[in-house]
Amino acid sequence: MSILVIAEHDNASLKAATLNTVTAAAKLGGDIHVLVAGHNAGAAAQAAAKVAGVSKVLLAEAAHLAHPLAENLAPIVVELARGYSHVLAPATTQGKNLLPRVAALLDVAQISDVIAIESADTFVRPIYAGNVIATVQSSDAIKVLTVRTTAFDAAGDGAAATIDNIAGGSDTGVSRFVSAELTKSSRPELGAAKIVVSGGRALASSEQFHAVLEPLADKLGAAIGASRAAVDAGYAPNDYQVGQTGKIVAPQLYIAVGISGAIQHLAGMKDSKVIVAINKDEEAPIFQVADYALVADLFTAVPELIAELNK
Amino acid sequence: MKILVAVKRVVDYNVKVRVKADGSDVDIANVKMSMNPFDEIAVEEAVRLKEAGKATEIVVVSLGIKQCEETLRTALAMGADRAIHVETDAVLQPLAVAKLLRAVADKEQPQLIILGKQAIDDDANQTGQMLAALMNLPQGTFASKVELADGRLNVTREIDGGLETVSLSLPAIVTTDLRLNEPRYVKLPNIMAAKKKPLDKVSPADLGVDPAPRLKQLKVSEPPVRKAGIKVGSVAELVAKLKNEAKVI
Repeated sequence: MSILVIAEHDNASLKAATLNTVTAAAKLGGDIHVLVAGHNAGAAAQAAAKVAGVSKVLLAEAAHLAHPLAENLAPIVVELARGYSHVLAPATTQGKNLLPRVAALLDVAQISDVIAIESADTFVRPIYAGNVIATVQSSDAIKVLTVRTTAFDAAGDGAAATIDNIAGGSDTGVSRFVSAELTKSSRPELGAAKIVVSGGRALASSEQFHAVLEPLADKLGAAIGASRAAVDAGYAPNDYQVGQTGKIVAPQLYIAVGISGAIQHLAGMKDSKVIVAINKDEEAPIFQVADYALVADLFTAVPELIAELNK
Repeated sequence: MKILVAVKRVVDYNVKVRVKADGSDVDIANVKMSMNPFDEIAVEEAVRLKEAGKATEIVVVSLGIKQCEETLRTALAMGADRAIHVETDAVLQPLAVAKLLRAVADKEQPQLIILGKQAIDDDANQTGQMLAALMNLPQGTFASKVELADGRLNVTREIDGGLETVSLSLPAIVTTDLRLNEPRYVKLPNIMAAKKKPLDKVSPADLGVDPAPRLKQLKVSEPPVRKAGIKVGSVAELVAKLKNEAKVI
């Protein structure tokens, strides 16, 4: 039995989500091979070869793989998949875009957002915005899964695996990359941060969202997140959104500032180790999941918090 | 241009579901059901394309038990022209839905198929991608902006870290993200008018698809309950607790 992990990378380096996926793959038992498909992706392949537990890296290089378009990637994965018992990718936007396409071409079900592996064919995943946990068994010959990265530790360093070059396939031509607009941030990546400071509608404006939360995040070395209400109101960019439809985070410390705590938001953060909620509404549902609840006006409490941390 | 939109009847997003006592499934008897929120966005986008003169006909399709008719009537009231109900009592998983939708699309020959990015019950986020694979069409998933230009479709996608724009040849498949649009409220006269719009029924057998599930649900359970938290009286107390008790800062 061998397992294929689809690496997520930017050609130059490996994305952290790949490391969590390798850990999930290791729980299945068996040889772990990593596919790095890209353009001038030698450095990413080198990085993948150094991950503990990986026995082989397959490097598919072609100009049309410079951006991870599902239409061009899926045929390569499908071709390879027939030699594997499991195909895994992180449940990132890229993994979610690609893997169902692969599964359908293989005529197998896909299992999304796996949070635990019970055996080679039995997996645990959340449904209904994380309010229910389902255990499912697959009878398909090839199991195709996306892995919730926050549910598995990152794999460490290991010995160097071999790197094999494989064919990059052909450009299907039906889709092409036009442009990308990435949010620039010097803070830790939201999905991997140890501390997350998140703001909601109560911040009341984009200026205040940044003015109140940034000093706190900088003090704690934290990533900044947001509720859907804050994103919809334009206080924060879309990719800050934590929740059922945004990012799923599970940091050591999650500080919810002015967030009421709708079901959809809780789905994205309730596995955090310690949750702090600052809200002036004593009845806010966020207090039901908070380890430490502070009923206070955030505009006075957050500056006080920064001052206290500076002591 | 003809647009096909797939809509799903799900437990209303405000309902906190419960697990059945025997742990076999989620208890959705007597629970409020609604159109999946992402599918409302899909219908809205199709209607806007029609209002902009880019689309000529909008066909909505839903799969499942008899009550899915209500979901289809809602879509018709929003502005869809006609509906197709693939009626079945079978448990439908994304692969089966994708195969059934492919059979419908093969008959209807739409230029654009719009689905929600995920259903809020199974949270799978698979059907659109699977349909694109089965039909060998390009996919614009997690769309926050859709533009038709020169016979192609420019789709701005919400990705980790920001936005990405891709250009797709038509026919194409788009799955909607939350920020694509704000769905309209259905007005009473439109609800009345929707009752007169055509709604065709077909069965999976008519479409030549076996909808048998591939995944067996062994059990469902409530997630572990967090232990009750404590209320702190001041910021100083909060910081002290985080440092000495939780040891997270």
